[in-house]
Amino acid sequence: MSAPRRTGWIAASAAIVATLVYGFACAPANRPAGTIGTGDAASKVYVAPGTHDEFYAFLSGGFNGQVGVYGLPSGRLLKIIPVFSQFAENGYGYSEETKPMLETTFGNIPWDDLHHTALSQTNGEDDGRWLFVNANNTPRVARVDLATFETDEILQIPNSGGNHGSPFITSNSEYVLASTRFSVPIPQADVAIADYAKSFKGTISFVKADQPGKMDVAFQLLVPGYNYDLARAGKGPSKDWVFFTSYNSEQAYEKLEVNASKADKDFIAAINWKTLEACVAGGKAETWPAQYMHNTMDHATRTAQNEVKQSVKVLTPTTCPNSIYFLPTPKSPHGADVDPSGEYIVAGGKLATVIPVHSFTKLQQAIKDQAFETTIDGIPVIKYEAILAGEVKDPGLGPLHTEFDGQGYAYTSMFISSEIVKWKLGTWEIVDRAPTFYSIGHLMIPGGATTKPSGKYVVALNKITKDRYLPTGPELTQSAQIYDISGERMKLLLDFPTTGEPHYGNAIAADKIKPNQKKFFTLAENKHPQVVRNEKETGVSRSGKTVHVKMAAIRSHFSPDNLEGVQVGDTVLFHITNLEQDWDIPHGFAVMGATNAELLIMPGETRTLKWVPKTVGVYPMYCTDFCSALHQEMSGYVRVSPVGSSVPLKGNSVKAQGQVARAAARGVTLPTPPSGEGANPHAGHSMPQPR
Amino acid sequence: MVSQRSRVLFAIAALALGAAVLFPLWRVSLTAPQYPEGLGMYIWAHTVAGISPNDLQNINGLNHYIGMKAIVPESIPELKVMRPGILAMAALGLFVAFTGRLRYMRWWTGVLVLSAIVGLVDFWRWEYDYGHDLDLENAPIKVPGMTYQPPLIGSKNLLNFTATSLPATGGLLAIGAVLLSLGVATRARRVTA
Ligand SMILES: [Cu+2]
Repeated sequence: MSAPRRTGWIAASAAIVATLVYGFACAPANRPAGTIGTGDAASKVYVAPGTHDEFYAFLSGGFNGQVGVYGLPSGRLLKIIPVFSQFAENGYGYSEETKPMLETTFGNIPWDDLHHTALSQTNGEDDGRWLFVNANNTPRVARVDLATFETDEILQIPNSGGNHGSPFITSNSEYVLASTRFSVPIPQADVAIADYAKSFKGTISFVKADQPGKMDVAFQLLVPGYNYDLARAGKGPSKDWVFFTSYNSEQAYEKLEVNASKADKDFIAAINWKTLEACVAGGKAETWPAQYMHNTMDHATRTAQNEVKQSVKVLTPTTCPNSIYFLPTPKSPHGADVDPSGEYIVAGGKLATVIPVHSFTKLQQAIKDQAFETTIDGIPVIKYEAILAGEVKDPGLGPLHTEFDGQGYAYTSMFISSEIVKWKLGTWEIVDRAPTFYSIGHLMIPGGATTKPSGKYVVALNKITKDRYLPTGPELTQSAQIYDISGERMKLLLDFPTTGEPHYGNAIAADKIKPNQKKFFTLAENKHPQVVRNEKETGVSRSGKTVHVKMAAIRSHFSPDNLEGVQVGDTVLFHITNLEQDWDIPHGFAVMGATNAELLIMPGETRTLKWVPKTVGVYPMYCTDFCSALHQEMSGYVRVSPVGSSVPLKGNSVKAQGQVARAAARGVTLPTPPSGEGANPHAGHSMPQPR
Repeated sequence: MVSQRSRVLFAIAALALGAAVLFPLWRVSLTAPQYPEGLGMYIWAHTVAGISPNDLQNINGLNHYIGMKAIVPESIPELKVMRPGILAMAALGLFVAFTGRLRYMRWWTGVLVLSAIVGLVDFWRWEYDYGHDLDLENAPIKVPGMTYQPPLIGSKNLLNFTATSLPATGGLLAIGAVLLSLGVATRARRVTA
């Protein structure tokens, strides 16, 4: 969903009229009274203190560039995972180790528009290894590791103008899909916008993402210059296929609102990725120059690295025949959703008055029979009637996206009429509808994108929340709603606010993720070049105007906790290692006047904060995360002297004398001031360079 | 000579004693509201180890608040002699069972009981030392009159922690060896071969 909010408001008002005309005309006569949370709704979402939710839900954060992790059915926010945005809470995108994650060929981009999520799959089922998410604005796809709930890898997508139809995944995680929302000149060029039809193209990218740290664009398919919107991979019999919706087959380039809404039908692109693979293997792809960046988090150093890739393999429909077909689909379709059996491809036409459902079996037959009505740029357009399995009549206004409960029913979100419509696969009859508050975009059933949905709940991801919560000025929270779908009728159980605009989400049984959780990073395995494994390894060193501070954090002190000899204008790099090896004992680090952020350092991890003091003085530094009873005492000072000062560089411990002997008996070694032994211990190390 | 049955039982006691070194002898576990997963250590004949990989380090980290000495297994001399001692006793016990001489059996049992008492007293003495010899000058947390000696057997509240100390598999084997050998030594009758 990408309708801006203002449009949403107008649409919502339109919906009042529309509901009068439409809702009454086509809704089952008696809208059940039970659709609004009543009776035992509270007990169904109540998760008692100390007990856990049944599902993890990952909801995209839209323009906040993050993923919100919620427990279902409680709707409790468990975590925010920053992906394409800087996150001051833990220093993601600010610390020297994580800054490279936000690097692109356009430079460091600390923000993006994160629309969709996809969980890795094995045999068409969620396996709980990774979550993939897209960046819409500056085309990127990211991998979140579900053992750490951290962003591990980001791949830029070349030859793309807005990575909206992304990151949908094939049923064995062979490929993550990415299509370009805005067609652009490919390769980019200085051309007149009026030459749209002639010069603009779309791409559909197949990203290989089955191995951590090795994401790459395996190949791209050049397609006509339409707007590509959403996608879903086939499953079961259709598992070698992927389906992308497109709109603006009119190829309009101005006043799209009107001009891209004229045609009666747009297209779903049905693509056989096995055929494309074979074409690439057969040397049919051209290698095009293309610069795009690949960022990976190294697990041993926990430091991100960049690599700029220089080319990409491009296929065209004419060089790889029988790989792509257009399925005419009314009207400006948004979602293309494949049911759990892999047979039905359901399209949500934003402006359509029916929900068309295509049959995969019929598609195969139509291809065999050459039941084509025309060919566009080498792509056969199949006759609508030849592939249609059925139409859901009068579903409401603005069908967008459909998920499945695994029990023969489909649930379609209706943006304009603000409701969820439940209908039966095969008979195409509407069996229930429930209002949503307001303007639902996507909806989500745990496992709804897999062969085995858990048909217990449907979550509505809404665009507007007016009147649902306490008002907070013009800017209101975003919202999701959870409905019980275990019975015949949908029952609203709970509203819960979300961060950013939740576009799409996935939920997965907690049991598939919980057992794999990392509790801390093993200190012994920390290969960060500036790691300290005990207090004795800490120290301070200078090379030119750069001061490296190797510092340890352990309950409840920093070591060293006093620094002297730093000069105005020095680039001070605080490399803090958290020596704890215990669950959930992070330490924070902040220093007065630092212009980026703080750090939050997980047990066994090393993180680096860059600080350039501008004036002389003595600056406090302290732990920002309440780590222990003596957290407030976990602090120290940095003395900053004028340039050229003779104050020697040193880092002290101010512990009492007796402590040293005591610590030795305890097997813990206290820091010693740096001596001649390590005059420049950093030579030869590849530290992230100050930016 | 004693009966065949008594000799076999005595041999089993000696073997159980020997097997005790294969398992932890004692288990000290610590629970607190913020440690729902628990924290604890196993005392073996030759070392002290955390129940989970980092438990010992974490216990030492927590103990620094009260000024307790770190538990450093390498610095405890008893841990160097206990395993060979137990194994030697077990071997000797097997030999005694082989000879079937009731007098040897009684001697061996006596030595075993005595060693067990000495061992427990020594363990208690270490616990006393850790719990009482605190570096109060550098301890961030000082509770007047408070000491932190864990119990030999049973449970005790130590500030926010509940410390529970119980024999573990190895300890149970050793206790079994003591009881069995005591049984044989007191109830066996001489029979003529
Ligand atoms: Cu701290």
